[in-house]
This record gives sequence, structure tokens and C-alpha cells, in this order.
Amino acid sequence: MNKLALSDEILLSVEKSARYIGNELNSVVKDKNSVDIRFAMCFPDVYDIGMSHLGIQILYDMFNRRDDIWCERVYSPWPDLHKIMKEKNIPLFGLESQEPIKDFDFIGMTLQYEMCYTNILQILDLGQIPLHSTDRADSDPIIIGGGPCTYNPEPIADFFDFFYIGEGETQYDAIFDLYKSMKKGNYSRKEFLHEVAKIEGIYVPSLYEVTYKEDNTISEFKPIYDDIPVSIKKQVEVDLDHAPYPMKPIVPFVQAVQDRVTLEIQRGCIRGCRFCQAGMIYRPNREKDVSVLKEYAHQMLRSTGYDEISLSSLSSSDYHQLEELLDFLINDCSKERVNISLPSLRIDAFSLDIMKKVQDVKKSSITFAPEAGSQRMRNVINKGLTVENIMNGAGQAFEGGWNKVKLYFMLGLPGETEDDMRAIPELANEIAALYYDTVPKEKRNGAPQITISTSFFVPKPFTPFQWAGMFPPEDYLDRAHLVNDHLKTQLNHKRIRYNWHEAYITVLEGLLARGDRRVAKTIEYVYNHGGIFDAWSEYFNFELWQEAFEATNVSLEFYAYRTRPEDEILPWDFIDIGVTKSFMLREKHNAEAEMVTPNCRMRCSACGAKNYGGGVCFENQN
Amino acid sequence: MAEVYVLKIRIKFQKSGVMKFVGHLDMMRYFQRAIRRAEIDICYSEGFSPHQKMSFASPLGVGITSDGEYLDIDVNSTKSTAESLAALNKTMVEGIRIVGYRQLPEHAKTSMAIIAAGRYTMTYKEGYDSPYTYEEWKQVLKEQFFDQDQFVILKKTKKSEREVDLKPLVFDFDVTEDDNIGFSLCVSTGSTDNLKPELVISSIYEKLGLTFDPLAFQIHRVDLYTKTGDGQFLSLGEMGEEIV
Repeated sequence: MNKLALSDEILLSVEKSARYIGNELNSVVKDKNSVDIRFAMCFPDVYDIGMSHLGIQILYDMFNRRDDIWCERVYSPWPDLHKIMKEKNIPLFGLESQEPIKDFDFIGMTLQYEMCYTNILQILDLGQIPLHSTDRADSDPIIIGGGPCTYNPEPIADFFDFFYIGEGETQYDAIFDLYKSMKKGNYSRKEFLHEVAKIEGIYVPSLYEVTYKEDNTISEFKPIYDDIPVSIKKQVEVDLDHAPYPMKPIVPFVQAVQDRVTLEIQRGCIRGCRFCQAGMIYRPNREKDVSVLKEYAHQMLRSTGYDEISLSSLSSSDYHQLEELLDFLINDCSKERVNISLPSLRIDAFSLDIMKKVQDVKKSSITFAPEAGSQRMRNVINKGLTVENIMNGAGQAFEGGWNKVKLYFMLGLPGETEDDMRAIPELANEIAALYYDTVPKEKRNGAPQITISTSFFVPKPFTPFQWAGMFPPEDYLDRAHLVNDHLKTQLNHKRIRYNWHEAYITVLEGLLARGDRRVAKTIEYVYNHGGIFDAWSEYFNFELWQEAFEATNVSLEFYAYRTRPEDEILPWDFIDIGVTKSFMLREKHNAEAEMVTPNCRMRCSACGAKNYGGGVCFENQN
Repeated sequence: MAEVYVLKIRIKFQKSGVMKFVGHLDMMRYFQRAIRRAEIDICYSEGFSPHQKMSFASPLGVGITSDGEYLDIDVNSTKSTAESLAALNKTMVEGIRIVGYRQLPEHAKTSMAIIAAGRYTMTYKEGYDSPYTYEEWKQVLKEQFFDQDQFVILKKTKKSEREVDLKPLVFDFDVTEDDNIGFSLCVSTGSTDNLKPELVISSIYEKLGLTFDPLAFQIHRVDLYTKTGDGQFLSLGEMGEEIV
């Protein structure tokens, strides 16, 4: 057995030391002398979160299928260990080999949310790797970024050698083959980065330069060489049925947030909600065949011993073969005592019937995500859920024995009025009233319990709302208070609970999501002054960020609150996600006109994603 | 409904290497999954979230290795001891090895209910020195422990402090000398009168005015025992029968 990187003394003094020992079931150990490339796959947050991420499991498995690569994992040490590693100068290590990642060829980080940005610097710092790409020597690992945040990589561009824009299945073989041949030829890091920039989907920030206008907006963004692309094309795996998928996912000792088999049933979404980045960047919607999924479920349950399986997708109710898949899971898996954890399904007779089979009605709740309280606002955001849909679904659920309802909304959407805000508690009140109308006294299982949760809307790149302005935190809180006050005037307010999200984290997320290269020094300032784990409210320190804005001349006003003109060059414009900017503008105007756009199955709206040659764009055309 | 016939099985395993950092709750989850992977026909409770009928003899603290860990399970049917050991060991991680799989009598109590004693070794780790030589320790133990009528310590729990005489709870105690100096102890274990071996050593340190560093020792659980009718200790792993 390998010697651990950390001593017994350290491991016995930190929380959950099993996070740092590797050795989990299905983790891969190879002979380091038999491979050409050592890769550290990183999720820059704590193990329990990172181990829940499907994308890493897919790439880990895909890379390790190659005999010439050993892919390991690395996560953010929790603050207790972070402190010890800094004090004792212990280099961050890969879990499998327990060897320092600074000696690896690549470190690939998946960036799933903006609030992990200071943890990127933590990984590099503890890894004893220079924070800036420009300061790295030939002997340092190549640092790669991937995942949804890389659709605007600019705020973190200084810290990465390159970004992989899009789905990992398509280009890594080409990258590794190029790396191997250039390593053999003794080419420099700089030469490798120049070559890798020619691979479709790869963005090497150091090979592009940005100039700014006097008003601080971008004047020009262009490559410094003629032989690399001007725009970076998002990568899409068109044939998901034959793409690699891990049949033996790693099973952690420490309980992960998602501690179960995850079955990805489709990528992308047909709906086109205007606030939703995932709904745009993962276009076109592509489904996996149900027979493939049945086989995957069977194999993964056997290889892991998990007693629970969950379906992963953006909108499971839109999956064509959902009924067949759920029938299979319920009939075959229940025999094996496997629990089925249902994704949020559209509430209707079918989904209620399924839920009854797999959940305890008395304990479970039904969930609606109207996202906005008024029909007007739902038209603005293109959320095709009507009051009738909600009332029908809730009524059927009440008849079926449920009495708990969860409702999710956003506040601070573009053009939101006080009427739109008041519509939120009014809708909740109507649902509570419906319970009393629907369920006769003798059949009531207690009073209805309605929970409203509101988050504050964050405009994201590559959405029709990417130009929208945000509001200062106090303004968001006023909106939440307005909802709360209006709730108290409702007849059934005692049956309704209301939670709202953190407003300060929201504006920071907004700044990081739509920042440019000048925001990097702000992130670095915060890290250098002790800020990490911003995604954890107990560690998030808004005052430190404000201090950093001051010190680095970055303002919320410019990056978050300002409404951007349509002709402004946006920091992420050089990325081509297939969905065109003219479509985004069309959708922005439709939102302003409160016009609904039909989903991809009803009618093609010519967003541009059809160019990828697969998925929903080609359904019913064979 | 006809009564379902349930078989009781006791599984014995060893925990070594890096696995000593995996805590008790994580080990329980680990075994729930391992049982499924090995396709052991375990019994489940009823309801929407059925759980396996499984119980561990005695939780092992983080940092401690063991040659004598036990879990009892109920099964509907079973393969032979040899086949079950092979199926389980095929799906173990490094550092966990299954060494026993025996059927218990129909009305056997769980190991948790009958456990009476545990044998441990505590050895100075590399980089930590014993304050005494082997011979000196022999003398110290004689004077401080064996020659005394009582060995009373103040036992602190979250709720209270009380005086406890450790002597009747320590069944066997000696100094050992292999590569490093260490101690071998057999102590009372169970839901009442549970004594951790490190408490014995730390109390002796205290009586001698020495500072006790818990990190100085590697604690290893050798085995767990029940007490038979005639007052003898019997290894939990020797109860029941192998299945052929």
C-alpha cells in the first residue's frame, strides 16, 4: 500500500481524514513508470462536493482507459488542512499516488460555479505551482479549465494555460497525442500552447490580447498569431449512446453529497428558458437510448453496490422514453431494493403515479419551479408553465394524499414590477386554498405545508439576459421583504413558509460571471488575504471582496449593475456556442415584448445549434 | 403469512493500512455496499427505504487498526463459507480483508449484545520514544498497577465526572518488546463498563507525572471476546459453525 502524503499526526487532527487517503473502490492505481502522461483531475471544492460530480467520473474513466495515461483526482483541502499544509509547506498531492501534483503533466479543473474561483488559486498555491500562466516554467504542469464557467473564462484567464470549451469527450485524445509527440521532441511549453490552440475548442488566453476603450468596455479582442482561430468553437459529443460512460464509478468512503449511481439520460434542454445558461450552452438537446440506459443502470449498480440511483438531466419530463425507463427501474431495481431518487419532474398524473410507487407520500413533497409569480413575468422568461398547469398538478397531488408543496421562484428578473413580486405569495395562497377545496375534511392529512424559496436572478453569459443589469444587495433584500410582507396579508399565510437566498453572494456571483480579464487581480487579492471557500456561507466574506474591489479598481457598478448596450463587445463574445448572438438578441426582444418562444420540439427557432448535426434538431427527419 | 426462516451470519474482518482513517459510520456504509456487490442474500427491513439487517460488534476509533472486527447479518440464504469469503474478498478495497464467515445458532444474540472484552496492543510509533526500557516498564506496572488494590481514575464523560476503579476492568496487561516497546491489554468492552485501552496507559502516565501524547501510539485491536457460562473468554470469531 502506498505511503500517504500526510502523516498520522496530521490526518488524526483534521476533520474527515478519509477525504485525503484515496484507496476508494474503483479508483485507479497504475504504475507511474508505465505511463507517459500524469493527469490530476480537480474539482476546486471540498471532497464531499467534488466526488458528487458526474463530469469528473466520466473523464476519469475515459482517460484511464488509455494505457499511456494515469488520471488521478485532487480536491480542495478543507480549511483545517489548508492551514497545516501552508504552515508545513506540504505540496498538494493526487489522491491515488499521494504524490505532488506539481510533478504531473496536466491539472484539469472543472469550474461548475463562480464562487469556487478563489479555490482555484488555493489548489495552485498548495500545489506549489505559480498562480499565473505566464510565470510557469517548462517543468510546471499545464493547467486546464473546463466546465460551464469557462463559457466566460476571462476573469480567471490569467491562471490557466488553456481552457477546453465544451464537452470533454471530443478532443482530449488529440490533445494527449499532441502533447506526447511534442514532449518527445523536447518542445517548450510555449510551443505546445501555440500548437494546442489550433485544436478546435481550445482557448489559450495568453495567445489573445484585449484592448479597452476609455469607458472601460472592450475595444478589441484578437489572437496574437494568424494561425490560431479568432473564435473558439464549443465542443459537442453528438453520439452520446456510444460515448464513454463510467461503468465502475468511484465509490467514496466519506459520504458525498450525491452518494448514488447517477444515470445521465440526456444533455441539453428543449425549453429555452431565457434566464438559463445550461439551456443554451448544452444545445442541441440529445437523448440517450433507453436500452443503453438500462444496461448502464444494471452495470453501475452491480459495480458500486449503491442502493440508490438518480436520473440526471436538465428536464427529465422531456425525455421521450422516460416511462419505459422508470418502469424498468421500478420493476427491476425495486426487486434489488434499489431506491429511485426522482429528478424534479413536471407534476402531472404520470409523474404522481411514479412518485407514489417510489416515495412515501406522507413524507415527500411535490415541487414546482414556476420561477416567476405572474404569468406576465413567466412569459418574459419563457417559462412555459401556466397557473392552470400548477393548479391541476397541485390538485391531483392533493387528491393523491400529498400535502407538502415546494415552490421555487426568482426575484430581480429583468423588468420585474411590484405586481410580479406580489404574485408570488398570491400563487402560494391559491395553492393552499386549493388544498382545502380539494380534500374533504375527513381525508386531510394535516394542514397543507407550502414552502416558497426565492433566489435572486444572476444574468449569465450566453443567455438572452446576458445584457441585463443587476441590483445592489439592499435592493434584492427589499424585494424579498416585499414578498414577505405581502405574504402576511394572505388568508393562508400560516400555512406558507418563505426562504430567500443570500443577496451579497448573488451580486458577487454576477460580477464574476460577466467579468473580464481585469477581475483576475481582484480574485487574487481576495485569495492572498485569506479568502477561500466563498461558496460556503461560513467562509464567504463580502467585506474582503469590497476591500479587493477598492484595491484593484473593479466595480460592481460596471460589471454587475450596469445594463449593457446590445452593441457592446462582451468579454465572452469570442466563444461560439453554436447558438448565435442574433438568436440571443431576438430572444431578448421577445422577452421585452413578453412573447413566448416555442420549445425545440414544437418548432425550430433557428438558434444555430443545428449545425452540430444531431439531437433534437434532427428528430422525426429519418 | 408464513414465518420466514432467517439465518444469522457473523463476518470477521481485518482493517489495516490507510483504512484506519475510515471512521465507523463510513465503514458501515462501505459494508452495506460490499454486501450488495458480493451478492450476499441479506435480509432487509420493510418500508420505503429498506435497510439491511446488519450490526457491528463494537465501533473502532479512527486511527486504530484491527485483526478482529465483527459484523452480524441476517440472510435469507447463503453460500458456503469458502464461497462467501471469496465473493466478499473479491470486492474489498486494499486494507480490508474478510477472514471469517460463520453461521450462528438460530437464537444467537448479536455480537454487540454479548461482547465482554477486547484485546489490544499499543506500540510506540516511529519517532516517539518510550520513557522507560522494557525492564523499567515491567517494574513500573508492578508498582503502579498490579501491586495496588485499586487503580482509581476520574472518568470524564460529556455529562459527568466519576471515579472508576480500572483494576476489575483490565483482564490482562503486559509490556511487550518486538521492534518497539508496547503494551498488550485485554480490557472490558461493551455497552456497560467499556474501557478504552489508551485510558489505562494515559492514567499510568498521569500517576507518574508524565505527559501522555495519544499520537505516540499505534493502537491495534487484536480480537473481541464474549464471556462463556464458565467465565472464560471466547473469541467472537469462534462462535457458530463454518458453512460447507
